[in-house]
Amino acid sequence: MGVALDGHLLARALADPASVATLDSAGWQALLTMARAELLSATLAHRLDGIAKPVAAQRFLDDAKASCAQGRLVALWEVEMARRALGDLGVPVVLLKGSAFIAAGLAAGQGRFVGDLDILVPRAELDRVEAALLGAGWEWVKPDPYDDAYYRRWMHELPPLIHRERDRMIDVHHTILPLTARPTPDADALIADSIALPNGLHMLNSDDMICHAAAHLFADGDLSGGMRNLWDIHCLVDDFGIAGLAERARRHGLASAVRRALRLSHALYDTQLPDGWARSGSDDDLYLRRLTARDGWGRQTRPITRLAFYVRSHWLRMPPLMLARHLWTKWRKQAG
Amino acid sequence: MATLYRAASPDSLIVAPVDLLTAIYHRASGQTHLMASPAPEILDALAEAPLDAAALLAKLRADYDLVDADPAVLAARLDELVETGLVERR
Amino acid sequence: MRHVFSVAIGPVGFRVGSDWRGPVAALERLYASYPKPQDGIADFTVRLFADRPWRRFFRPKVMIGGDFVLPEAAPLSLEHGLLAAEMAMNLQMALGQRRYLLLHASAVERDGKALVMTGLSGAGKSTLAALLMTRGWRLMGDEFALLDPETGLIHAFPRLISLKNEAIAVMEAAATGGTFGPLLAETPKGAIRHLVPDTRSVAAMFEPARPALILFPTFGHEAATREVAPSEVFVRLTQASTNYVALAERGFTALTRLVAGTPARAIDYPDTESAIAQVEALWASL
Repeated sequence: MGVALDGHLLARALADPASVATLDSAGWQALLTMARAELLSATLAHRLDGIAKPVAAQRFLDDAKASCAQGRLVALWEVEMARRALGDLGVPVVLLKGSAFIAAGLAAGQGRFVGDLDILVPRAELDRVEAALLGAGWEWVKPDPYDDAYYRRWMHELPPLIHRERDRMIDVHHTILPLTARPTPDADALIADSIALPNGLHMLNSDDMICHAAAHLFADGDLSGGMRNLWDIHCLVDDFGIAGLAERARRHGLASAVRRALRLSHALYDTQLPDGWARSGSDDDLYLRRLTARDGWGRQTRPITRLAFYVRSHWLRMPPLMLARHLWTKWRKQAG
Repeated sequence: MATLYRAASPDSLIVAPVDLLTAIYHRASGQTHLMASPAPEILDALAEAPLDAAALLAKLRADYDLVDADPAVLAARLDELVETGLVERR
Repeated sequence: MRHVFSVAIGPVGFRVGSDWRGPVAALERLYASYPKPQDGIADFTVRLFADRPWRRFFRPKVMIGGDFVLPEAAPLSLEHGLLAAEMAMNLQMALGQRRYLLLHASAVERDGKALVMTGLSGAGKSTLAALLMTRGWRLMGDEFALLDPETGLIHAFPRLISLKNEAIAVMEAAATGGTFGPLLAETPKGAIRHLVPDTRSVAAMFEPARPALILFPTFGHEAATREVAPSEVFVRLTQASTNYVALAERGFTALTRLVAGTPARAIDYPDTESAIAQVEALWASL
């Protein structure tokens, strides 16, 4: 069989919808199952709109679209309830990730499954924002003093809050990477240069959205869900272009992450890059291996590659001594 | 100036009476609420324009002949409606 | 995956991949008369797997995986592999079904009209449905009734009927000539044995029916019948539906129309013969 049975099957279908014409039923089954596992089933459904396909495949994709539409509605309601709680504070509230894409009607929002609500606010306003949310029905998820102290000191966000009636979480960030991680993005600039939405909330400008997606992908995670994050980046680049991106990325200390993100997006999704942007780089193959580690049954494959990236992601989030102390304290609490 | 109460617009609601109660689907939130009087009447009274508590009470007395026309009770119902997101304080 | 099984049950196609032959062999035998998924493409994928390589052979534990999973689900022993497969298929429906509103109910059909029986576990809806099947009703399903939001019709989803504890002996006596699965002793829910829906029920799986009566049976009391008010029916059905919220507006309109248009009764019954008599009397009176 000539077709790759890893994430490349899904990447090819997204990048070149007409290519699904050669799939047999086993190929379709693998593609659909993989898409579902990568949270890209509704994205695939939109990309394959109007393309001839078996009835059962169309049904699967229609169900994915219906699922996504309901999730979108719930996510937009969380945005609205956050607006009602925070709108009168006079604090800029910047929507991040999926919530921003759908609130602004971006291509990156089409078919996007959105989880928790992520917002970015100025660090100086955290206390007022926290108080307003607590007053409007949100409450702490984990009232653990150690975790809480750690969070407040080192993380880039408040400890997680969940709404007591709606059971949905909100993550309040004051910058986009942990304070312990090495690149230190310019949080003030992210907020100062954000764009106002009709409802009074904000979103990052397009260069910053790409920087954030790249940061999240490489500096804050072990690449699980990477195919979807890269698809976000592919859509943002496609929509907005990248004039000014290089300089913005340098300002945030994210130049290397952004360059790699664009190379990988080009490799998987044929993202068009202007001259001057490299199309391949060292270790890209390893990253692609990790990103496409999914089989036709929806299982994660390539355990050793995955483990290597998992360890690396923890190492990036914290300097080694801190990591050791953090893990030791957690071990002590569990043992004692 | 007194707090105004604004209800979700009538097109954002699907209202289905179910014997003595009213089932309401709120399109914007995806939530379903099963409500007893005076909650559906409050939503109806606020449908055209936002009102403050006093004006709302007067309208309810006039339009619905409500027995429960007690400002404290109305305030409690309004708080509940605000929690559900069906009413917003302005 | 080493062993693969696929089946269509009403409008839903499944494929089951397994690290062991046993569960797949049991599924093949019991679902032998069922069709395969349309176009060879399943709506849901289930995986029965060993979480460590040696667990395929040494004290095998069957982990449940698939498109939709519960994070902390406990594994089952290999001898309960058939149960694991059935639970996994239920889970896919409960978490992933988006086309039809799922009612946690059994359903049987006569003359194109459906009787929908719902209630807590142990109320006897599976057993009642199975018994009615032996008395000439067509079985539409024992675990889920599928409500089509566009038409208001109930669609059949005739999986293996899951009989528990005392119900096993009852149905072994009543369903002479029926095809049964193995007796699974000491499962987390007690003893379980599966009964294959009869030939007629399997053959009619693609025929929907208009809901004509919603029943809330409760076992273990003196025979009694009462009407159930629409508001109570509405609340109980939303609580009993795993995908009501996920279906958003379609779920609301489907359920409000069902509740407005279908009579509902609660029956208390001391034994199954009494229940059947009450059902037949109610059906005749509508």
